[in-house]
Amino acid sequence: MIKDLPVIVILIPLLGALLTLIAGRINRIFSWYLAAVSTFFSFIGVFVLVQAVWHTGRISYWLGGWEPPRGIEYVVDYLNGFVLVVISFVTFAVTIYAKKSVEQEIPPQKQPVFYTTYLLFVTGLLGVVITGDIFNLYVFLEILSLTSYGLIAMGKKREALIGSYNYLIMGSVGATFILLGIGHLYMMTGTLNMADLREILPAVSQSRVVLTAFAFFVIGLSIKIALFPLHNWLPNAYTYAPSAVSAIMAATSTKAGAYILIRVIFTVFGPAFMLSGMQMNHLFVFFAAVAILAGSIMAVAQTDIKKMLAYSSIGQIGYIVLGVGLMNLTGIMGSLLHVLNHALMKGCLFLVVGAVVYRLGITKIADFKGLGKKMPVSMAAFTVAAVSMIGVPLTVGFVSKWYLAVASLEAGMGFLIFVLMLSSLLIAVYFWRVIDNIYFQPCADVEAGHRPNSVPDPSKPKEAPVLMLVPTVVLAALCIVFGIFSALPLSIAEKAATVLLK
Amino acid sequence: MEVYASLKPLYALLVSLSAVILIGVSRKRPNLRETWTLLAALLKLAIVASMLPLILEGKVVECLLATVAPGLELRLKVDSLGLLFATTASFLWLITSVYSIGYMRALEEHAQTRYYMCFAVALFSATGLAFAANLFTLFVFYEVLTLSTYPLVAHKQTPDALKGARRYLTFLLGTSILFQLPAIIMTYFYAGTLDFSSGGILAGKAPDAIITVMFILFIAGTAKAAIMPLHSWLPAAMVAPTPVSALLHAVAVVKAGVFTVTRVVLYVFGIDLLAGLGLGVVLACLASFTIITASIIALRQDNLKARLAYSTISQLSYIILAVALLTPSGITSGIMHITIHAFGKITLFFAAGAIYVAAHKTQVSELDGIGRRMPFTMGAFTVGALSMIAVPPAAGFVSKWYLLLGAVEAHQILVIIVIITSTLLNAGYYLPIVCAAFFKEGREVPCRGDRLREAPATMVAPLVITASGVLLLFFTSNYLFNMASIVTASVTGGN
Repeated sequence: MIKDLPVIVILIPLLGALLTLIAGRINRIFSWYLAAVSTFFSFIGVFVLVQAVWHTGRISYWLGGWEPPRGIEYVVDYLNGFVLVVISFVTFAVTIYAKKSVEQEIPPQKQPVFYTTYLLFVTGLLGVVITGDIFNLYVFLEILSLTSYGLIAMGKKREALIGSYNYLIMGSVGATFILLGIGHLYMMTGTLNMADLREILPAVSQSRVVLTAFAFFVIGLSIKIALFPLHNWLPNAYTYAPSAVSAIMAATSTKAGAYILIRVIFTVFGPAFMLSGMQMNHLFVFFAAVAILAGSIMAVAQTDIKKMLAYSSIGQIGYIVLGVGLMNLTGIMGSLLHVLNHALMKGCLFLVVGAVVYRLGITKIADFKGLGKKMPVSMAAFTVAAVSMIGVPLTVGFVSKWYLAVASLEAGMGFLIFVLMLSSLLIAVYFWRVIDNIYFQPCADVEAGHRPNSVPDPSKPKEAPVLMLVPTVVLAALCIVFGIFSALPLSIAEKAATVLLK
Repeated sequence: MEVYASLKPLYALLVSLSAVILIGVSRKRPNLRETWTLLAALLKLAIVASMLPLILEGKVVECLLATVAPGLELRLKVDSLGLLFATTASFLWLITSVYSIGYMRALEEHAQTRYYMCFAVALFSATGLAFAANLFTLFVFYEVLTLSTYPLVAHKQTPDALKGARRYLTFLLGTSILFQLPAIIMTYFYAGTLDFSSGGILAGKAPDAIITVMFILFIAGTAKAAIMPLHSWLPAAMVAPTPVSALLHAVAVVKAGVFTVTRVVLYVFGIDLLAGLGLGVVLACLASFTIITASIIALRQDNLKARLAYSTISQLSYIILAVALLTPSGITSGIMHITIHAFGKITLFFAAGAIYVAAHKTQVSELDGIGRRMPFTMGAFTVGALSMIAVPPAAGFVSKWYLLLGAVEAHQILVIIVIITSTLLNAGYYLPIVCAAFFKEGREVPCRGDRLREAPATMVAPLVITASGVLLLFFTSNYLFNMASIVTASVTGGN
């Protein structure tokens, strides 16, 4: 059973997607239940799987019984076990949340299709992370990308289409680059299995073909994770997507991209490849530092909260890439921890924003005045996540920043501390504007035009519905729990990082 | 040093924290709500005071709360320095709570529940900061203190108040993230630990240049100590209600700043290291500059609270200067002044608040003849002012005496000159207020005769208590001296 779990956790959402489409024809309400049940079981599956990995080490599954490297292999080790838990948990939380939000934002006849696409998206996410075959990875990445274009396009405003189209173009360019990279590697080595590639590549590592492949991978993946300056698709995509989609994309899909980057760099090419020759890790550090500052600065300039959070994500991606570029144990631990932390924080923030949209239909920061009185629980969750983004100690944001800062010193690049701190400060600036509005500015009357029709009595806006509130609060609480007891995620991250650096 | 494991420090923290919840729950019943505040303050004081005997025997109380990550421990450790600060803060919290009730009700302020909740959180973090066993714990509580006092400073929510509060937050949060945190990270990297140790933890661990950089980062990162040029948040924060200014800006927040500097100087760098690099002198120069400049600015302030604020800036630098001398008497004086100045300054702020409530006056120039109408308030004000100037039998004399002794020990003639000049300046901005209040005729036509018009008793009683505290501290200063000398002995290696 445990040996089959790697494929089962992917099959659950995949079959769920098909069933959703059929069940949705019978009764619309089934589609959400199916989505919730499938994401729940895939989370449980992942949880059991990771526990097994924790006790026995790497678990490998041969698809169709074909022995790798000929057949496709699914592998779970510490690294992707960690990422899988994060992704499947956040996915489940967002699915619970999605019910109310989708009911309002998506036209009823489209809801079954929405949930089908959504579950396919989840399949792509989990598949990308779990596969040990580089071409299979490309397949899942395409599933992930195509479904996200669809999900974004379901946003209510017309801009959603433009955002989706923009992402489609950029995403396809990125995917093509990745495919070219895979092709080059295959040409050179004759294999597509990651573990196998790792053994063959060192012998030919300095050949032009391999270097070209690496360049294609890096650029392609940089587009996928929206590393500055290849970030242009991200703000509009996040801003105009339906609330649940913004939350899940911000929390998980760039994380999956970051995971692929780490996997390709460390498992396929190996740390020695990065450090030899051109010392490409310095390039990563440079672009990461630029991304951290640029993302934060652009976020300060935003007036729309979803856009602000989107630009903030661009900065946060920089943190993850920074740890990768530093190439030491502490740095990679910091990066992996930030994958978890950012998923929790940004997920929570987008969920709160979604709840505000649900109740009041506003996304302008200036309209947030006095919300602290109207939606106290949601706003408390927002504040916790925001404080965590700033990196105040005892929240998760602090721990990953701490690790990245110590890693910078260990790598002899102490000046990076000031980049990190400056960005903390900028983050404080853009979040404090919101918090100031929420708690300390008198309540502003929302203009009539903004309000969705479903709110009958606008003078008494209520707290978000329980189904939206619970996932939000759970994510916010985890921001604090893992901020105080970071030892658990850190121990997994440490094991993963140790393996990666071998 | 004997270590005594106990959960008492944790209880002292939890008392304030549970008060926050209880205050929040009973927001609809003001009397019950205020009872919680008073009960918590009383209980906290009792718990903190119960640790006194152990500490006076030279023991240390420790308790580990959580390990966030390897090297990042939330650990509490009560030593003489921390306990002195915590006792002062919890005693004055009790007094201020009584005063707050009078002040807030007399002025019918809004959002009182939020006010009392934030106050309790602020005290929670001040105590945590006092009991911090390592830099990480200290930083945690330093930040919590900043964040929890923001709503207090912004309390009035007028554009002015928000502007002041924003400056407050920018300075405190900004410097702590931009300078203090990097310094802590560097300490961890070079020393391999963040635990305070009486000989310092950095000696021989890093190149001199790096140590100098770290020292500058630490000092710049502790804006709560209001060393110039990072002082301008303090006058800006005077937009807060007076009890807030009294407790937080004369005791908890600013003292947290000088406490942090003291901890860092004595327990992270160690006096030998700093003396060897000549960094003590640098800090002393900064402090001297602040003392004189702030006093001169204070002379020109007509707003009473602004004048008190600049006086605070100057007095805080007394503590910094005393510690920066790196001599036994200097350190003793600095530690004693933390408590002594707290009592004196809180009396002055209480008086300012009482004047505002009873007579609606905020400017120094309006205070002519007010001493006859408010004899208790102005009497207490006089005692506080004398303590600032260091006239016996006010307690301020004791700490200044040891400060001068420390300057002599360090052979710093210039420091002596600075202290004398500043004493004259102190007299120059406090005595005219006292003289005008008692000896000048009020410009107002006395409408109902020269009847007593004091503030409510809940405000007058606290300020009389703190004023008598100032006098009492003078006569019982040997207790204070004993506690301070336990610290001095441990950091100077018993010399």
